Amino acid sequence: MSHLIRIRPDHDDLPSEITPQGVYHGRRELLKNVAQGVAGLSLAQWAQRSAFAQSELTTRPGKLAALNPVVSKVSGAQVMEKITPYEDVTSYNNFYEFGTDKSDPARNAHTLKTQPWSVEIEGLVKKPQRINLEDLIKLSTQEERIYRMRCVEGWSMVIPWVGYSLSELIKKVEPLGSAKFVTFISQADPKTMPFVGSAILDWPYQEGLRMDEAMNPLTLLSFGLYGEVLPNQSGAPVRLVVPWKYGFKSAKSIVKIKFTDKQPDTAWNKAAANEYGFYSNVNPNVDHPRWSQATERRLGEGGLLAKRRKTLLFNGYEAQVGQLYAGLDLKKNF
Amino acid sequence: MAWRPSVQRVLLHPLAKPLLIAALTTPGVWLIKKALSDELGVNPAEALIRQSGDLVLNALCYLLVLSPLRELTGVVALARFRRILGLGVFGCVCLHILSYSWFDMEFEWADIWLDVLKRPFIFVGFAAFVILSALALTSFNAAIRTLGAKRWRILHKGVFVVVLLGLLHFYWMRASKHRFEDVINYALILSSLMLYRVASAWRQKGRS
Repeated sequence: MSHLIRIRPDHDDLPSEITPQGVYHGRRELLKNVAQGVAGLSLAQWAQRSAFAQSELTTRPGKLAALNPVVSKVSGAQVMEKITPYEDVTSYNNFYEFGTDKSDPARNAHTLKTQPWSVEIEGLVKKPQRINLEDLIKLSTQEERIYRMRCVEGWSMVIPWVGYSLSELIKKVEPLGSAKFVTFISQADPKTMPFVGSAILDWPYQEGLRMDEAMNPLTLLSFGLYGEVLPNQSGAPVRLVVPWKYGFKSAKSIVKIKFTDKQPDTAWNKAAANEYGFYSNVNPNVDHPRWSQATERRLGEGGLLAKRRKTLLFNGYEAQVGQLYAGLDLKKNF
Repeated sequence: MAWRPSVQRVLLHPLAKPLLIAALTTPGVWLIKKALSDELGVNPAEALIRQSGDLVLNALCYLLVLSPLRELTGVVALARFRRILGLGVFGCVCLHILSYSWFDMEFEWADIWLDVLKRPFIFVGFAAFVILSALALTSFNAAIRTLGAKRWRILHKGVFVVVLLGLLHFYWMRASKHRFEDVINYALILSSLMLYRVASAWRQKGRS
């Protein structure tokens, strides 16, 4: 049958590189079915599929509990680039509570206790409260969002997160007019997180956003990836994902969210203010003191010889977030 | 010490140098092999650049331990291996710089040059490479004759500058993340070996 199915030579763009994995696998499935002579039924399914070309969920790896998200309709939430393999996403992490090598979190984070878990909401809000994880998960519809993730170190991934816009939670707790910033505080339990207390950073890990950044629909409160709950090393059970900022802004394993009128301290800014600013928007024109940010290495994309990509302003989300920074000197406010 | 002559005999064996060269090149060859067979993990380029940098620091430790070891044990034959160990350091530095130029900079020479001028971290590493290149190029007997033994010896004291620059480069790499453990270990080992050399030179001066 091989003469019926033209095999693409290696150098052609693979469908998997420009198509969500689900659609891609769907096509492979179709080809298989055609070959098996059940074309009628499959074609009907296929027609349905292609009508919603973007409405396919990423295939679950089947490792952890499913979250059953829907496809997100938020603008910018469906990056059409090759998704980084699950193994790479979950074995190459910066999560210094579990060690400083990229492979440490996957090795050490099994000790993290994610149940019971609750998130404390405090500060300048009408309804300060402590929310159990179960209630937090159900607070809004879980969506799959395929975002680019750009690390300040010069590498990037494409990750199918699961969660909902942080703004859903913020609206529910009703911030006061005086609330201008949101602080995210991570779990810091030296008993279950072996490197909490090491001299690397001030613990707990703390990150912050301006209120309008926090309210932007792209800002995600994430509970999972690849259709399943977050593995511990990725910041279980609940984390932030701010796709237009360097990865460290997306705090992991959050236990407290605080609303303030003053710009909060953030962990990396305190550790090295000249290298990591409060904003830390992805910006190819503002160098890190030790390297250029003009290009990045996309992981899981051809290994050692893969060509570096040009880094995009706001990580390619300028259309969605550019207006937040109108008139702001991005070089000064890096 | 009864063992000394037999150790000397082993070190003077014609196979001693080839064996040392084989042992010295093994970690580098192993690293290249892993890079070629995609065994360097999720970010192979970063792994290659960092691990080749570690090889340089290790090679500097082997090189600097040689002379103190010779003086302390009286095994004079150890001196034959200085050049090989020095060239071993240079080889690791070349691998390190090649990895950076290729996989971080994709041989964009203008960008590399800008990087060198703009970033103290890179500049210091590059300066160490320049000095080391001068030492490697003058490591042959003919160069000693041309320069004269005295001048040659002064020039090759440059290896201590290379050590200091290398440590600074490594320190800057780790400083922003406050990961000082390895930096301290290498600094302790290398500086105590250098201090030993200074002390022994000073003693010899006192004697003459």
